[in-house]
Amino acid sequence: MLTNWFENVNMEEMWIATYETLYMTVISVIGTLVLGIILGLLLFLTERGNLWQNHFLNMVTASAVNVFRAIPFIILILLLFPFTDFLMGTIRGPKAALPALIIGAAPFYARLVEIAFKEVDKGVIEAAKSMGAKTHTIIFKVLLPESMPALISGITVTAIALISYTAMAGVIGAGGLGDLAYMKGFQRRDFDVVFACTIFIVIIVFIFQFIGDTLSRKLDKR
Amino acid sequence: MITIKGLSKIFKTNQQEVKAVDDVSINIEKGEIFGVIGYSGAGKSTFIRLINRLEEPSSGDVVINDTNITSLSVGKLRKERQKIGMIFQHFNLLWSRTVFENIAFPLEIAGIPKAERRTKVLELIELVGLKGRENSYPSQLSGGQKQRVGIARSLANDPDVLLCDEATSALDPETTDDILDLLVSINKKLNLTIIMITHEMHVIQKICHRVAVMDQGRVVEQGDVLSVFVKPQSKTAKRFVQQLSPLEHQQDELKRFITNDPNREVVKLHFIGNDAKRALISDVLRKFDIEINILQGSISPTQEGAYGTLYVELSGNKALITETIDYIQSSGVEVEVIENVN
Repeated sequence: MLTNWFENVNMEEMWIATYETLYMTVISVIGTLVLGIILGLLLFLTERGNLWQNHFLNMVTASAVNVFRAIPFIILILLLFPFTDFLMGTIRGPKAALPALIIGAAPFYARLVEIAFKEVDKGVIEAAKSMGAKTHTIIFKVLLPESMPALISGITVTAIALISYTAMAGVIGAGGLGDLAYMKGFQRRDFDVVFACTIFIVIIVFIFQFIGDTLSRKLDKR
Repeated sequence: MITIKGLSKIFKTNQQEVKAVDDVSINIEKGEIFGVIGYSGAGKSTFIRLINRLEEPSSGDVVINDTNITSLSVGKLRKERQKIGMIFQHFNLLWSRTVFENIAFPLEIAGIPKAERRTKVLELIELVGLKGRENSYPSQLSGGQKQRVGIARSLANDPDVLLCDEATSALDPETTDDILDLLVSINKKLNLTIIMITHEMHVIQKICHRVAVMDQGRVVEQGDVLSVFVKPQSKTAKRFVQQLSPLEHQQDELKRFITNDPNREVVKLHFIGNDAKRALISDVLRKFDIEINILQGSISPTQEGAYGTLYVELSGNKALITETIDYIQSSGVEVEVIENVN
């Protein structure tokens, strides 16, 4: 009966697209995690009264973050074409979507990281200082572990946004489930393909959400 | 051992300058428990942060064991801070670490190898009475237990001095006493110098040897706890002492005993130090043919001896009463005759 409902769905194509979506999501989540934490740290530490208090650097970082957050993702991909071409040597396929995905999501995650760091008890940072801790000790042994549950739930939210970005990137030929839904589904009026892609994407989102929630809960000893 | 000279901290806002700490000079001996008491806003928390430069002083010097803390470079200051332990009102433990890992944290900072860390941490856990809780997280502990972890953590690098910033203010009275007992036993066992900031006179009375009273950034009075207790000079000190002797508030109750009858007299006796342990009343009764009616009394133990107040009514021959009072006074107990104020 299922084959009747989904008569135009080619399972082999579905699996390839799913693989491409997962590839784009996983790599861009890792990239966003690294870039977002670096930006978030910079935002937090250069703020007034914090360890690297620096008004100029704070302003520059904050402006860059705000500008990139303001650009709609679909336009960001187009804007980044020359950069992507230079970096990846191609503007097609899952690999070519990565720079835009990371640059689009990292500023958003950076703000979540900044908020997570702000939630860390100032007294604990002061206690570490009173023990003679260096800045890198405070970052790696206080700030990061103490904000870990918030960093994890933040990256979960970002990862889910990234899954929807990958679908959008599909429209300009990045591959993945979004591409499949658009090219093979929408263009040919085979809506069963669109529907099947939707189900797959929803399942991927649920899996990411589940992993994120579990990890965040496990790490939270408060 | 610790010399603080002319220490000041000025906070500048757009509109005005606030002198949070104003020209404070204090000498603290090795092995001493030194209390600093003041109401909130008196500048005592800022003062204790100036000692390890969590706040940068505006002027003045802090010298610990011949090291001038105020002139150290950032790198040297970090090294020196390892020798200055600190505990906090809200404990400031890392929730992501177990009791064991929290206590190991300052040792990690000091670069102590893992095996050595383990021995030291277990030793400290034993010292503060937390055996069996090594693997608990702070959220699973009571307030008192959290402060024990804080104390163990502050002692990890064998500090020369321990700074206590309102260390008992978030605890209930019973737990406060437990923590104070622990601090006294550590002070004795390790001959550790302790500087204690508080707004509770009870804390000063129970564990401190000497005390400084702060008001509006200045030290308005300092000296031995007992002498500040018995003869407070400043207004602030007097208010703090009153906190502890509820009798001061109950003088009204005594009124009905105070008469114009010359054969009856209400007197207040001050016992200081070892006098408080003497059986003065039975001594007097044996010597004089007089009646003594005990009205009210209280006794407060301090680190330097006890200090007590007793209100009694003496009745008998007027001459005999005068003689009795002279006798009591000659035995070293201060006597104050309470007159009817109206």
